[in-house]
Amino acid sequence: MMRLSGKDLRCVRGGREVFAGLGFAAPSGEALAITGPNGSGKTSLLRVIAGLLVPSEGSITLDGGEAELTVAEQAHYLGHRDALKPGLSVLENLSFWRDFLGGEADDVGQCLTSVSLDHATHLPAAYLSAGQRRRLSIARLLVVRRPVWLLDEPTSALDTKGQDVFVGLMRDHLTRGGIVIAATHTPLGIDATEMRMRAAP
Amino acid sequence: MTALSALIRRDIRIALRVGGGALIGVLFFLTVTVLMPFAVGPDLALLTRLGPAILWLGALLASLLTLDRLFMADHEDGSLDLIVMSRTPLELACAAKALAHWLAAGLPLIVATPVLGLLLNLDGTATLAVALTLLAGTPALTFTGMIGAALAVTLHRGGLLLAVLVLPLSIPVLIFGVAASQAAITGPLSFGTPFSILCALSLVSFVVGPFAAAASLRHGLD
Repeated sequence: MMRLSGKDLRCVRGGREVFAGLGFAAPSGEALAITGPNGSGKTSLLRVIAGLLVPSEGSITLDGGEAELTVAEQAHYLGHRDALKPGLSVLENLSFWRDFLGGEADDVGQCLTSVSLDHATHLPAAYLSAGQRRRLSIARLLVVRRPVWLLDEPTSALDTKGQDVFVGLMRDHLTRGGIVIAATHTPLGIDATEMRMRAAP
Repeated sequence: MTALSALIRRDIRIALRVGGGALIGVLFFLTVTVLMPFAVGPDLALLTRLGPAILWLGALLASLLTLDRLFMADHEDGSLDLIVMSRTPLELACAAKALAHWLAAGLPLIVATPVLGLLLNLDGTATLAVALTLLAGTPALTFTGMIGAALAVTLHRGGLLLAVLVLPLSIPVLIFGVAASQAAITGPLSFGTPFSILCALSLVSFVVGPFAAAASLRHGLD
């Protein structure tokens, strides 16, 4: 049983306080939806959890995870940017992340099939549409197992079918005991605890 | 280990594909060296004397030319976030990226040196000496340049800043690289002394470069 929690988090960016005194908790098998107006600090919070921003106060702990790994090392981060190289093919992009991220890995071809990109394996990523690029990023979440998924507007650019597929994938992840934390404006499609961020002063 | 070799293979593959940076450096090196005899004039003795310095300057500028993309490209598409988050220590990932950059952009310069030496009226020994000093010295340029690339990563149009930051660090490499080549051609110094210092500079940069670059990447992310 894992539990990801943050306590008294305070984040300052560019001299402006984005949020302060923020706490959250997400036990395994549950999803946390971070909502709020633009500029309220949803992305900042995700990046703080991912270890990409250093909070000026507070701490983040993952109870029940692997003790010698940091939270970031046990998390997947799906940000606005797709982390794809246009010159490499779909297969090469995904294989790279599987080899580089390491840990428990799945078959690349099977992951591409689950996001219905199996017909485009040898296409350079430069020729993918925005929705297909997103699908390929989502395949990264599947190819290497990480207990925590940090998702920033995960369904943007996805068509309705793609959104349904993604909802299914999140559900599978939760039933396996994973944790999902998603910043979103649209309903996630799964049962999620909502955490509303207030607009920054 | 798989992670690092995957990173090296990916970076080399991107550099060699169309639009990658590997050939740009060599083409620039070629242009500078080919133009130099036209600028200096057909004085063969003068060309021989200037040859090592011209080749070294060309190689230095060519390796700076593509260095600003070292982290910038990964930062722009979000890959850098995932590299920072990964289980691979950032210092090792930086070293792997620099190694891949050197293999794709630095090594071709050394391979091109014998051909370009002909244009500067360098004989076999001189060309070999220059190629050898480049082989020992260009890693230092890449690994110190990496620090500048990491500092400039969050800045738009950081290329010029990179040059300003990195050039002072590369002056010792240039001095001892040219000194070793000249020593091999004309003497009176022995080749070994400046060459050992050149190797030492490279070894120092292998240690300092990855740590400094990783520190500035961690600090600079937003």
